[in-house]
Amino acid sequence: MTKELFSILLTAILTQNFVLAKFLGICPFLGVSKKLNTAVGMSAAVIFVMALATAVCYPINKFLLVKNDLEYLQTIVFILVIAALVQLVEIILKKYIPALYSALGIYLPLITTNCAVLGVVILNVDEGYNFAQSMFNSVGGGLGFMVAMVMFAGVRERLESCEIPKFMQGLPITLVAASLVSVSFLGFTGIVENIFG
Amino acid sequence: MTQILVPVIIVAAIGLIAGLGLAVASAVFAVPVDETAEKVRECLPGANCGACGYTGCDGYAEALSKGETKECNLCTPGGNDAAQAIAAVMGLEAGSVTPMVAAVMCQGNKMNVEEKLEYSGVHSCKIATQLFGGPKNCVHGCIGFGDCVEVCPYDAIFICDGVARINPDKCRACKKCIKTCPRQLIDLFPLDTTKAAVLCKNHDKGAQTRKQCKAGCIGCMKCTKVCPEGAVTVENFCAKVDYDKCTGCGKCHEVCPVGCIDIYNIKKHF
Repeated sequence: MTKELFSILLTAILTQNFVLAKFLGICPFLGVSKKLNTAVGMSAAVIFVMALATAVCYPINKFLLVKNDLEYLQTIVFILVIAALVQLVEIILKKYIPALYSALGIYLPLITTNCAVLGVVILNVDEGYNFAQSMFNSVGGGLGFMVAMVMFAGVRERLESCEIPKFMQGLPITLVAASLVSVSFLGFTGIVENIFG
Repeated sequence: MTQILVPVIIVAAIGLIAGLGLAVASAVFAVPVDETAEKVRECLPGANCGACGYTGCDGYAEALSKGETKECNLCTPGGNDAAQAIAAVMGLEAGSVTPMVAAVMCQGNKMNVEEKLEYSGVHSCKIATQLFGGPKNCVHGCIGFGDCVEVCPYDAIFICDGVARINPDKCRACKKCIKTCPRQLIDLFPLDTTKAAVLCKNHDKGAQTRKQCKAGCIGCMKCTKVCPEGAVTVENFCAKVDYDKCTGCGKCHEVCPVGCIDIYNIKKHF
């Protein structure tokens, strides 16, 4: 049982990395990875929201949608619930931890419509995970997001001090760099099966 | 019918619960906002430059509203307008803001200074200074790679012939460039007044300065002797003007053998 959970966690972080293997959440990946500290802040927020969204959406799906044969409503209901949830978290943070609120700033509302968060919830359903497995998958997904963000922030900080040809400056070179980092993650294929297999 | 009705009811119910929950939460967890701070904040330009000595515009607005400071004239970018607006909100004396602009005190352009090495490293003044004191002969002058250009929130600085220049119409005296320049070449200069300005910060001995730059201050003391107000002093082989004493008579400019003292009204000069 524990072995299976850790297998799910590692798979979500390395082989099935949300950003670099599934290409979800590319917007914050490109937008917020300019500096290391903002990248870490954003990823921490994503981990938190992913775990919370899974914890809330799992029972809604199981006891409300599946019971009534309404699986086709998953997307819209999950978006609704996640958006409301993030707003609630924002309100509570503003009241009790204003320092964290101002540190997260614009990232928290950005997460509302982050496809990685919706993706993790829907993938949990598609894979038929139970509650514990879903939680491990979403925390792993969030950690994978953090790994990708932190790595890519390092890459971009190096890019800053390079002389880049004018036609490649800005987004083009960032996308090329992102694809190279993504290719490097292909190297993890099969690693989890061999560890736990 | 139920096939349509049930999903509609479920989605509507979830939406309603979420909406009501948020409405209740925003009432329960409402954060009292300091209204005076908000009003003061609206008077400030919002550049978050830190020229006032607080952490950005929000910090200054909070300090004023909490009564930590009673000075309304700390915001140089906002100038007199901001000071008066804040004073009106807070009911305090406005005080006056001496309008200042930043100016680069260097004439080390390509005509006056030769390059001693061909630099092809990172395009940054801070990094270039580490390598034999930069690509130019003068190790005190402007490198011209534009660290100040990058940091200026008002887009007022540009590089002209290898030396940074500041547009006084755009400059709001936020001092960001002053903190950034690795050579400390940028000074605040009073706006709309005619004063003498020493356009050099070379502290080497005269003969050495002469070798480095054609327009460098050699510390010959001619300007100190001729100044009727005693406003010009020479420290470490470089002249310095006390703007409070200077009347802008122009005598120092006439005697300066290298032409590094200029009399100018910064707006007209630009």
